[in-house]
Amino acid sequence: MTADVAVQTTPTLRAARRRPRPTPLEYGRKRWLQAVMAFNFLFLYFPIVTLIAFSFNDSKRNVTWQGFTLKYYDQAFHNEQLQEAFARSIFIALCSTIISTAIGAMLGLALYRYRFPLKGPFEGLLYLPIVIPEICMAMAMRSFFGQLEVPLGITTITISHIAFSFPFVAVVVRSRMSGFDESLEEASRDLGASPTQTFFNVTLPYMMPGIIAGALLAFTLSLDDFVITFFTSGPGSTTFPVKIYSMVRQSVTPEVNAASTVLIVLTLSVTIIAMWIQSRSGNKSIAS
Amino acid sequence: MREWRKEKAGFAIFALPGMFWIFLFFTIPLALIWVYSFAARGPQGQIVWDLSLANYDRSLEWINLGIIWKSIWSAGLATIISLLLGFPLAMGIAFAPARWKNPLLLLVVLPFWTNLLIRTYAWIAILRTRGFLNLGLEWIYDQITGLLSALGLGDSFAPFVPLELLYNQAAVVVALVYVNLPFLVLPLYATLEKFDKSYLEASLDLGASQWRTFFSVLVPLALPGIVSGAVLTFILAIGTYLVPDILGGTDSLMIGTLIARQFGESRDPPFGSALSFLLLYTTFLLLWLRASLAARSKGVDF
Amino acid sequence: MKSGKTIISIRNIYKRFGASVTAVDNANFEIAEGEFFALLGPSGCGKTTLLRMLAGFENPSDGEIVIDGQVMEGVDPDKRPVNMVFQSYAVFPHMSVQRNVEYGLRVTGVAADETKRRAKEALELVKMDRFAERMPSQLSGGQRQRVALARALVKRPKVLLLDEPLSALDAKLREAMQLELVRLQQSVGITFVIVTHDQDEALSMANRIAVMESGKVRQIAPPAELYEFPNCKFVADFIGKMNLFEGKVAGADGNKIIVESKGLGRISVPYSGSAQGEVGIAVRPEKIRLDRGQPTSDRVSLRGRVTELAYYGDESNVFLENETGVTVNVNVANEARRTAAAFSIGDELWLSWNPADTLVLTE
Repeated sequence: MTADVAVQTTPTLRAARRRPRPTPLEYGRKRWLQAVMAFNFLFLYFPIVTLIAFSFNDSKRNVTWQGFTLKYYDQAFHNEQLQEAFARSIFIALCSTIISTAIGAMLGLALYRYRFPLKGPFEGLLYLPIVIPEICMAMAMRSFFGQLEVPLGITTITISHIAFSFPFVAVVVRSRMSGFDESLEEASRDLGASPTQTFFNVTLPYMMPGIIAGALLAFTLSLDDFVITFFTSGPGSTTFPVKIYSMVRQSVTPEVNAASTVLIVLTLSVTIIAMWIQSRSGNKSIAS
Repeated sequence: MREWRKEKAGFAIFALPGMFWIFLFFTIPLALIWVYSFAARGPQGQIVWDLSLANYDRSLEWINLGIIWKSIWSAGLATIISLLLGFPLAMGIAFAPARWKNPLLLLVVLPFWTNLLIRTYAWIAILRTRGFLNLGLEWIYDQITGLLSALGLGDSFAPFVPLELLYNQAAVVVALVYVNLPFLVLPLYATLEKFDKSYLEASLDLGASQWRTFFSVLVPLALPGIVSGAVLTFILAIGTYLVPDILGGTDSLMIGTLIARQFGESRDPPFGSALSFLLLYTTFLLLWLRASLAARSKGVDF
Repeated sequence: MKSGKTIISIRNIYKRFGASVTAVDNANFEIAEGEFFALLGPSGCGKTTLLRMLAGFENPSDGEIVIDGQVMEGVDPDKRPVNMVFQSYAVFPHMSVQRNVEYGLRVTGVAADETKRRAKEALELVKMDRFAERMPSQLSGGQRQRVALARALVKRPKVLLLDEPLSALDAKLREAMQLELVRLQQSVGITFVIVTHDQDEALSMANRIAVMESGKVRQIAPPAELYEFPNCKFVADFIGKMNLFEGKVAGADGNKIIVESKGLGRISVPYSGSAQGEVGIAVRPEKIRLDRGQPTSDRVSLRGRVTELAYYGDESNVFLENETGVTVNVNVANEARRTAAAFSIGDELWLSWNPADTLVLTE
């Protein structure tokens, strides 16, 4: 009796150890799809990864791997023009962020809260800097400053950055406010708080995650921008991306890679912090 | 929602700064070059207020039409390739186990958060004569010829001729695909994610094969999302400046670089303005198309 | 607790939205101090709008609201002697329970130690003192409601307004909260005005109920009066179940009225008003008795065939159809224990009730 039972259990055990066949809709399990996905990810990451990897390459010509070195980072750090451009970029980004966030957050709240004439067309206008091809906006700003005979420099760059950043902040804050429970404000008023007290005690705390996300977005947009900055900057006002551009124009040395890697790390960190804040305040996945 | 009149002070404080900025530092500059587009240029490139449609006429000249056409087919090709690559990717993520979805999406979007300039010039190291792609192909070639020689099927093979992949339109298209892929994958993913899987199950249950189900059920019902993503990608590709500027050759002039040139060495702001607005109008038209398709598809209940 | 003194006067209040929508149509009544008052009606009848006008979140298009002797025209919500518990509770998510309850005192400048003390008392009153340091996201719906109650009561308002307080709770919790709200009101002693669409809630909790329909106040009365003596078809049908027969006045006879009605024939019922023409004859399902034999002639009666039977354990709901086509709903209490039903589908029975239980409705 026992022997029969033993024989019978073995096939079932074997079957259980094998993975169940994929159901028809589990496309993710199909080999060819997995291959295409893998290729996609390879495609997406290969350029960046090699660029970063070769910033550590001990070879001036950047062709084959010669050895690991940090000397190009050293070179980049000691490159005065690069340093200046970096400092300028940070300065512009900070100014742009502060002003864009203030203007954009307030506008986002206003769009959520108020009805006013021509609101629809105005919202369309607000989305323009977001959808406009950068080259068109760059030319417009450049011509504008040219016509007014304003010299191109840090001020013109900052003004342009604010112009294309604050609509993003407004959109982020507006979308944050769409989940707001109005009865919170009413409860605050009902309990005796004035409109101003209600704004600072109830509304603003709720807006905060949206404001911070918007601010971080404005910061990366400003730091990363090339096209508009390039055409609104003057001789003495190079920013970090613009400097990298001119270095690329000459030749792609590991030093350029090093400088680029620094920029990548910086913007990625800021972005990841922004996303972490968004997730903590209960926002949904990236696709939204 | 409150009426602005009831809270004039609040409205003024919150809305006016933004309105002021977008008016002065966006609308007016745009309006300025719109006016420029009707003007003429003087010998040193200054504006001559001789208003006409001459610049728009000029954009229809053969040489300019060629550039416009090049932009259109490059953007179109890039969009198609993005669709071929991106659709399986979006499907894979949409049908993946729940806990993998967000990490996978994050992986797709992450490159997008790096600087456009850097992402573009990274291709130089890959596509140039002694770049990764050619070196890789050369290695494969050497292996094959080595194998053939060892088998006695030939003696002297010509050395590997590297492919001309940089500083031409091919490089531009590849980079356009690379840069815009996330813009296609995300809306596509959003559509597929919300897709009612029971439609597919019903189709399979009724006897259709996977491919038949794909073409007869999935694609038609997901079409709004597909078109939306495709139009967005196309819009971004056609207005590109950096990609042709860095990776293009002398023959890869596209609308974006042509516009920049007018404000630079060609010293013809009026013509550049006209081109800018043609690009803008096209962008708006495509956006409006996308929006009206999206609105119409709301009738289809997912 | 009711002192008889009027605390709220609603005088000819109208509220219009745009040209076509009249949300509140000439509301005119008074609420006494210490009452538990309910505004009852289906959705869209205007009850919430009326409540919000009391709180100050809507302004009347016409008419006057007086609270505790003070006209409320132009008075902002933060300055009124009323406090509201919102339907969503509106407990501030970024503040702890304690800070939520203290909020109303802090923003009006009450001293810190008094604030803390009163907040603690309020939390003890609603039995939430153990949760003082918790955040709202850690609380259940019922717990958040108590926090909202404490937060409003700590301000010692003259009137507490509650907007659909029980609609978000599950059935068991709802029953418990009904009793608790009544207990709370009696121990605190202030006037409660609640808005609800649930007649069971209103009937079990309130001292007086105002039934509203399409902006108009149809009837204001204590629960029993509302149930037994509704003044119109709407109230009769909205509160509990009602059987309605169409009829025509055929004459008067002292303090009785003679009505010709389809299905009932010619009946004579006690009636003190003067009605003419078309009237509605109404009787509650539980007032009707079912017999196999013909009832005595002092009762209003008709015959019917059982078409449906719904068993609820403590009672059964029987639907019968008369040969004239009229359908009647009868509630039969299951007084004696039996497993077989007293009646079955198809049975021909006599329905009858005491004429005094008949309602004559003119509108």
